[in-house]
Amino acid sequence: MPFAIPNYNVAIPEMFVLGMACLVLIVDLFLTERSRTVTYLLSQATMVGAAVLTLTTYSQEVVLAFSGTFVRDAMGDVLKAFIYLSAFIVFLYAKPYLQARKLFKGEFYVLGLFGVLGMMVLVSAHSLLTVYLGLELLALSLYAMVALQRDSIFASESAMKYFILGALASGMLLYGMSMLYGATGSLDLGEISREVATTKMELVMVFGLVFIVVGLAFKLGAVPFHMWMPDVYQGAPTAVTLYIASAPKIAAFAMVIRLLNDGLYGLHMHWQDMLVILAILSMAVGNIFAIAQFNLKRMLAYSTIAHMGYLLLGILTGSGDGYAAAMFYTLSYALMSLGGFGMIILLSRAGFEADRLDDFKGLNERSPWYAFMMLILMFSMAGVPPFLGFWAKVSVLRELIHVDMTWLAIVAVVFSIIGAFYYLRIVKLMYFDKAEDNSEIKQDLDLHVALSANSLGILVLGIMPGPLMALCASAIGVM
Amino acid sequence: MDDMKDIYLLIVLAPLLGSAIAGLFGKYIGRSGAHWVTIIGVATSTILSLIVFKDIVIDGAPVFNETIYTWMVVDGVRFEVGFLVDSLTAMMMVVVTFVSLMVHIYTIGYMHDDPGYQRFFSYISLFTFSMLMLVMANNFMQLFFGWEAVGLVSYLLIGFWYKKPTAIYANLKAFLVNRVGDFGFLLGIAAVLMYFNSLDYADVFAAAPLMQDMTMQVIPGQDWSLMAVIGILLFIGAMGKSAQVPLHVWLPDSMEGPTPISALIHAATMVTAGIFMVARMSPLYELSETALSVILVIGSITALFMGLLGIVQNDIKRVVAYSTLSQLGYMVVALGASAYAAGVFHLMTHAFFKALLFLAAGSVIIAMHHEQDMRNMGGLKKYMPITYWTMLIGSLALIGFPGFAGFFSKDAIIEAVHHSEIAGAGFAYFSVVVGVFITAFYSFRMFFLVFHGKERMDEHTRSHIHESPWVVTVPLIALAIPSIIIGAIYIGPMLFGDFFTGAIFVLPEHDVLGEIGQGYSGWGGFILHGMQGIAVYLALAGAGAAWYLYMKRPDIPTMFKEKLSIVYKVLDNKYGFDDFNEKFFAGGSRRLGGALWGVGDVKIIDGFVVNGTAKGVVWLAGVLRNLQSGFLYHYAFAMIIGLLLLIILFVMTIG
Repeated sequence: MPFAIPNYNVAIPEMFVLGMACLVLIVDLFLTERSRTVTYLLSQATMVGAAVLTLTTYSQEVVLAFSGTFVRDAMGDVLKAFIYLSAFIVFLYAKPYLQARKLFKGEFYVLGLFGVLGMMVLVSAHSLLTVYLGLELLALSLYAMVALQRDSIFASESAMKYFILGALASGMLLYGMSMLYGATGSLDLGEISREVATTKMELVMVFGLVFIVVGLAFKLGAVPFHMWMPDVYQGAPTAVTLYIASAPKIAAFAMVIRLLNDGLYGLHMHWQDMLVILAILSMAVGNIFAIAQFNLKRMLAYSTIAHMGYLLLGILTGSGDGYAAAMFYTLSYALMSLGGFGMIILLSRAGFEADRLDDFKGLNERSPWYAFMMLILMFSMAGVPPFLGFWAKVSVLRELIHVDMTWLAIVAVVFSIIGAFYYLRIVKLMYFDKAEDNSEIKQDLDLHVALSANSLGILVLGIMPGPLMALCASAIGVM
Repeated sequence: MDDMKDIYLLIVLAPLLGSAIAGLFGKYIGRSGAHWVTIIGVATSTILSLIVFKDIVIDGAPVFNETIYTWMVVDGVRFEVGFLVDSLTAMMMVVVTFVSLMVHIYTIGYMHDDPGYQRFFSYISLFTFSMLMLVMANNFMQLFFGWEAVGLVSYLLIGFWYKKPTAIYANLKAFLVNRVGDFGFLLGIAAVLMYFNSLDYADVFAAAPLMQDMTMQVIPGQDWSLMAVIGILLFIGAMGKSAQVPLHVWLPDSMEGPTPISALIHAATMVTAGIFMVARMSPLYELSETALSVILVIGSITALFMGLLGIVQNDIKRVVAYSTLSQLGYMVVALGASAYAAGVFHLMTHAFFKALLFLAAGSVIIAMHHEQDMRNMGGLKKYMPITYWTMLIGSLALIGFPGFAGFFSKDAIIEAVHHSEIAGAGFAYFSVVVGVFITAFYSFRMFFLVFHGKERMDEHTRSHIHESPWVVTVPLIALAIPSIIIGAIYIGPMLFGDFFTGAIFVLPEHDVLGEIGQGYSGWGGFILHGMQGIAVYLALAGAGAAWYLYMKRPDIPTMFKEKLSIVYKVLDNKYGFDDFNEKFFAGGSRRLGGALWGVGDVKIIDGFVVNGTAKGVVWLAGVLRNLQSGFLYHYAFAMIIGLLLLIILFVMTIG
């Protein structure tokens, strides 16, 4: 057996983030409370550096490395770039929030960086083993982050729930993987793909597939594997919720594509029906339950569940265009979600969480500008043109119609109309109700700038969705 | 060409920018900041429009037709923002921006004490932007955008004094009536899109002759000419916007808005959008005589019958409003007779003298402390000389006194209708000729009642009457000048020259203006020719009759009112359009709504669907909420159930 030196080049961004995460961990030990900003700056520098490394090596070429367990391709690079961007924004938004709550510790950033590393591995996984490795690295970081606020019983409780349910889901995923391994004799996704196409062992395969889909559904938060989301979103510190709600969804999208498309495309007719069920349930439960919520974080959790339903619609088409639409949806969702939780952070201050819907009452009187920013976000999430969310929904629905699933598109539209209610309710609260709290909004300049840019970006991308759509299409390779 | 593109963009965007600044930051920049920023914006547009006018019309620069921005491409249909600037557009740009600039300046005086000062300036600048988008459009989508945007601003401005119930009633009415028109307009655009598969003017006009004989079946078994359907549908939009019978009812009520708005939107510019649109679509209209006949008849009804209503009005602004309706009727008649150039020419002269009349009326209203009833005026001549003289100029222009701007355009229309052979031309000729007498009569009735005769106001008001400040009088004078001279200057090139070559298309067999033009020998000759016609004498007779009846023998009108009380009642009720609409459409929709509400909404939707679903959802949420109990083992249980269901559904079925 010839001994080859692995092609380390393709994993340079991963190695960079790993190195920096360790560096931050060590540097942070020697920092005083006052100079903690250094940790923050180093983390941000890591994201910028990783982005530079990833983008400078961007190409359409597909390169396998580390005995075929790791893949570098255009989709991976684009998704990674957006993961860095999301993490960058999360770190930025989170800083004032953490500072005001004495949570501004190195742990948040170290765990955040390891989470990013986990996502990167997940995005580039080309073997069941690397999928699992990335998934667990990410999940363990998230569990710990949720529990960061140790003296809050809500945070601890939700971390506990998250951990136990996560472990259960991981178990199911592993069980499914072991079935696949048993049936195909390989962990390599390419190998599995070839085996699936010619297999006679359909029963075992589908049995394994069900477990894998359950694992994926848990990660995405699709119904009925969504139960952790409202509790975790609400219980975790908003800064952590912000993190959970954004970048990991991008990674989860990649994970679905890697497993279902790269590995199990041969079983498309089976997983398509499974995803149809999950998608309809998610849109229904997400949109209907969100109406009954009075807590914004909880409402956004249900909104996320609904969004994941729409995301699944794109994936279940099984076509390149469908994946591109789903990818566009994921990226749009991440931007909107960042903005939504960013607004909560903006309005919060030491000892006060602006996470009730009532806290948004009369925002227009307090700050017309941020009321307008929130309006953009809510309209976009509801899918009102010309905002980004509209195009995301349109492109997913269009791909559904292209594969002759018009009925499903109609179902999706009906649920999105139901969903419009709770988004527009916030707009109504902001513009037509009297403010309960008239204190001035005091936050750092960088938060103001970033949040405004975030919302305006959604407006601008909504007016000119072309480039981002084209990027997604070219990343998936359907130009 | 590229620098021209920037200029056009600047013309459109300067008022928008001014509007945005005055509207969003009005609080910070203050009142003078608001009027400065908007006036600078509109002045920029005005100057650049004049430059464009010189470029295109005088120096003969090529027509500009380019796309600025592609919004989206759907199934090969391009949705774009683009500009088409030819002589027609250039003329409209100058009229719109010039009148708008005058109105901006005038507003400083008129709205001096209004708390909504900044908002007002923001709206009128926004209007200027929208109107420019409308006239500069090179495709139907942008046309529709401008069309709706001017409608929106009109709605906002009619209801500008939103605490006044009549203003809210009026703006709602304007909005609803325009909805009817816009519905037709939108259907027209849809028909264009359906058959031409393009929204671009150039594409549509080029393909139109090929479609001339095409028919469509709206009602199965009935073949309708495509061009007639498109033409009439688009014209329904014009009927709403340009207030033609029976969609005219909103315009008199729109006088509830501040006077500068009546001048700018409801006299000079927005209401002429329909005229402009039909002229712009001349390559389509020329292909359907049916559509032209409809236009001709509707226009003549409006011209004659709306003028009659002007006679019985006592509100100074309403007199001017009905005269606007009637003049719009004249323009539409010209369009119907294929004399598009004459219609547009009258549009231009009318914009100047009607804006002048409105602003002069506004000046009177300021002096009278916002009293608008002419029965309480009289003898204002000696207090307000500038207003008096400018109003006189405006009135002479309106009645078509030889030499004044209105004379040329109105006489051209009358001549054109006379020569037209299209169905309905006879009736139209009768209407426009009789209309001349009526116009002169009510115009001078108003003029005499306001400026001459006994001073009928109370002592307190009289002691305060004085000429308006310069911000009011300067626009009056600036508008009076074109009201006198613009007709003589442009009649040659616009009607009988090649001013509109390439912009307006007329088939040889419809070319009535060409026929008249054969005998044309300069504007002096046109006056002499006019003196031999009947119209001029009718105008003089009308003015004379007004003088006799209201100055000399005021008892006669009172007697008429008593003896002919039926006629008076019909006129006073505006032929019952409002009552009919109120009872039939409004009442009918309310009853229909009531019935639908009672059965459909309360019983079916509220009772069954909404409350039913709400109850269902509550019940469902109740059940599901038990799952979302907060207990970990419930969550895990849900996951296991989900897993089992998937296995049952997918794995068991394979076996």
